[in-house]
Amino acid sequence: MILVCLILIPFIGGLLCWQAERYGEQPPRWIALGTMLLELALVLGVWWYGDYGLNAMQGASDWVLEWRADWIPRFGIEVHLALDGLSLIMIALTGLLGVLAVVCSWHEISRRIGFFHLNLLWILGGVVGVFLAIDLFLFFFFWEMMLVPMYFLIALWGHSGSTGNTRIQAATKFFIYTQASGLLMLVAILGLVFAHHAATGEYSFSYEALRHTAQNELSPQMAWWLMLGFFIAFAVKMPVVPLHGWLPDAHAQAPTAGSVDLAGILLKTAAYGMLRFALPLFPEASQAFAPVAMGLGILGIFYGAILACGQHDLKRLVAYSSISHMGFVLIGIYSGTELALQGVVVLMVAHAFSASGLFIISGQLYERLHTRDMRLMGGLWGRIKGLPGIALCFVAASMGLPGTANFVGEFLVLFGTFDAWPWVVVVASGGFVLAAIYSLFIMQRVYFGPAKEETPLGGLDGRETVMMLGLLALVLWVGLYPGPLLDTSEAAMQNVERIMTLEETPALPEETP
Amino acid sequence: MTSLLALSPLILVCATAIVVMLAIAWRRCYDLTATLTVIGLNLALAAQLLAWWQAPLDVTPLLTVDGLSIFGGVLILVATLACATLGHAYLEGARGPREEYYLLLLCAAAGGIALVSSRHLASLFFSLELLSMPLYGMLAYTYRERGALEAGVKYMVLSAAASAFLLFGMALLYAFTGHLDFAGLGGALASAGGDGWLLAGMGMMLIGLGFKLSIVPFHLWTPDVYEGSPAPAATFLASASKVAVLVVLLRLLQSAPATQDAWFHSLLAVLAFVTMLVGNLLALMQQDLKRLLGYSSIAHFGYLLVALVINEGLAVETAGIYLVTYVLTTLGAFGVVTLLSSPYGGADASRLHHYRGLFWRRPYLTAVLTVMMLSLAGIPLTAGFIGKFYIVAVGVEASRWWLVGGVVAGSAIGLFYYLRVMVTLFLPEPGMQRRDATTDWAQRAGGVVVLALAALVVLLGVYPAPMIDWVRLMAAT
Repeated sequence: MILVCLILIPFIGGLLCWQAERYGEQPPRWIALGTMLLELALVLGVWWYGDYGLNAMQGASDWVLEWRADWIPRFGIEVHLALDGLSLIMIALTGLLGVLAVVCSWHEISRRIGFFHLNLLWILGGVVGVFLAIDLFLFFFFWEMMLVPMYFLIALWGHSGSTGNTRIQAATKFFIYTQASGLLMLVAILGLVFAHHAATGEYSFSYEALRHTAQNELSPQMAWWLMLGFFIAFAVKMPVVPLHGWLPDAHAQAPTAGSVDLAGILLKTAAYGMLRFALPLFPEASQAFAPVAMGLGILGIFYGAILACGQHDLKRLVAYSSISHMGFVLIGIYSGTELALQGVVVLMVAHAFSASGLFIISGQLYERLHTRDMRLMGGLWGRIKGLPGIALCFVAASMGLPGTANFVGEFLVLFGTFDAWPWVVVVASGGFVLAAIYSLFIMQRVYFGPAKEETPLGGLDGRETVMMLGLLALVLWVGLYPGPLLDTSEAAMQNVERIMTLEETPALPEETP
Repeated sequence: MTSLLALSPLILVCATAIVVMLAIAWRRCYDLTATLTVIGLNLALAAQLLAWWQAPLDVTPLLTVDGLSIFGGVLILVATLACATLGHAYLEGARGPREEYYLLLLCAAAGGIALVSSRHLASLFFSLELLSMPLYGMLAYTYRERGALEAGVKYMVLSAAASAFLLFGMALLYAFTGHLDFAGLGGALASAGGDGWLLAGMGMMLIGLGFKLSIVPFHLWTPDVYEGSPAPAATFLASASKVAVLVVLLRLLQSAPATQDAWFHSLLAVLAFVTMLVGNLLALMQQDLKRLLGYSSIAHFGYLLVALVINEGLAVETAGIYLVTYVLTTLGAFGVVTLLSSPYGGADASRLHHYRGLFWRRPYLTAVLTVMMLSLAGIPLTAGFIGKFYIVAVGVEASRWWLVGGVVAGSAIGLFYYLRVMVTLFLPEPGMQRRDATTDWAQRAGGVVVLALAALVVLLGVYPAPMIDWVRLMAAT
């Protein structure tokens, strides 16, 4: 039942925010903050009282918590929610970034506050749904549903670019890319369901049943096509390079909270989807596909990093660096060793922290300078109190300096991949050089160099300081002591590794009566 | 007696039409006429239950009452009720006679109900004409508007041409088989094989019916007629009239195995594919909401044709589910247009700029339109998603990958214009003059209908099981 609450809390909170707008500007903000804090507290409670270590896995079920109810009996569709270490980490991340998103838009959003928070919280609710859903129909349901509020967030509260309408174009592009690829996933899901129907004579969208079918009933060719359907949907969202067209625009036009959600959580749903669905459902096809995925990952690392070096818009730069980081995630996922998969989890968390940090910083700079063009910045080190130092730390995290969470993640990914794919690792490591270059560009162009003006700008206020320092503390904590995180996701990742390396086929699920 | 009970919905609608006519002759009273109409339609809706207890039953060689006809009848009656209610607010301010609108509406509804029960080419033809004739009048009802008059005349001329094709096709079929009832026709066609004349006959009938469903390339009238005609009439045209024709087409295809002919089959498949893509592509840049909905309805019937083409497995169920979601959504979307345009005062408020910033003035009305747009686009949480899910499912089940690809591509293109409408609703308002709904719209009958439709669309999107059960029950009989 607690899983249902986790999904419902943001939705209900969002409606309350909308209605609270009539009482003034502040109530929606406080309600949104309260909602997300409640969500976060609930997740941390689940984390504290649950057992996610290896021992938990020895039991009959892979799931620590489970909840199911009939939904559409005609097709055997259930509301089936389940939680393991991986989804727990992701939901905790969602709660945390949700709090951040609410806090960082405290002053930025001044129009239609209630409706803004409705959209913000509904995105988060949809994302939590994605992380919990185990029934494939339900997963798709949430996957598509979270796009709508995100669309509104970008289209209505985004920054207009040079020409009047670009935020709407960016939002539309985002929506069409993800929705169209989502439909491919729907086709793949249905293909799987009908294969199951042909084999057993009944409809089911359940994870276990379909996994059984996918591994035993499908012809290799069919499995390959269906895997591709899933992969494309996730690759668009991640984004993997040839399919990344929506990302820079969406980030550049989105409000800060939108960017934080987009980079911090929405991109992670794709990696989560690969770990949870694409790999376990089609291990053999995925293994055959791994060289292509690795190639795409390397392409993404370099493409993202090189384009990041050439950007003038601060947010676009961070957006392209996200593409580069996601390249590492993709390599880690398809290498399939436990070490690399653990690295992927840490890297996802680390990237969520560092990218959100950088997006929030760009938002704060925008609030003070009303531009994100780095050519108009420069020499800010002396003009803003506090912010440059924090920015330096986040930039260092983004380039993966030891001691930060990103270092742990990237190191584990490369270390875990080296055994099987030494050349991939060698080439990918080159990405670090480029990462250092664009990271230093940020510092050099924004904070150092000759100042354009001498007037001091407002320093960080209490809200901003607490937010940034808190985030920084998390980056360092995961960087210096990643143990708890690794322990939590270990069981889930071992599962994926076992499936991926085909050491043993997982125990056949008992047919549910 | 059982036959009379089985036909009671049709009889009640016809009786209501006569009562309304006498009431108008006796004394012109707008509210009384509307009330009588609504009461009659509700009685007919209740009488569908009576008919359901008799089903399946063949009533005379012309009509049959079975699950399919009751399914179509219920949808038509619901759509007619919505049109009557919406029309009431719309025509309140109209000059000239207003009562005859209900008379036309009732006649058209009777035609629709008869059409879905037809099992004979003769009854098919006369009920199709009974459905179309009053529509000419309804579409041109506000004939002082140039656009409405144009819409009415255009529909009449093209509809007459389509009827001619239909008749020619029937004549050819009759000449070669000697049968006019669907069952006999199907049997004769099956034994005759793929004779060229028979195929020509089938093709001509397809042209006639395809015109009514505005399937590409017989779609050219749709956007103009939708744009020009008064909103309640366009609502009826888009919902009840199309349901009736699609249901009879479904019945025809099911009972005439000539559709198994490879040539005819692939022709249908090509039409479906082209209809999906062309409808969506032409809608992209429209500046008029009614016109846009016209093109979108073309695309939606392209999706529906996919179910008809496949015609096995889940197909009938899919067509039923998709029709339910389509009717509810279309009624809602047109309902909002009607509310904004009423009381009648010049051309309808259907240009997109009329809707700019509507959210900040009428949040709930906008929420309704947003839900309808999302439902047309097939986004989860709305009924349209369930329909889209069914269409993709039926395509995947039959391994018709081209058609599935068409549905996916069509939906992706379609998103663009649905999103365009949606975002317009939320943009900050410019200082331009605009049309608006009356302030108490939500308390009036039309507003209640629209809100109920929105609630239903969301409810069926979240919990579709009752709808699925009902459609399966109807399809099984």
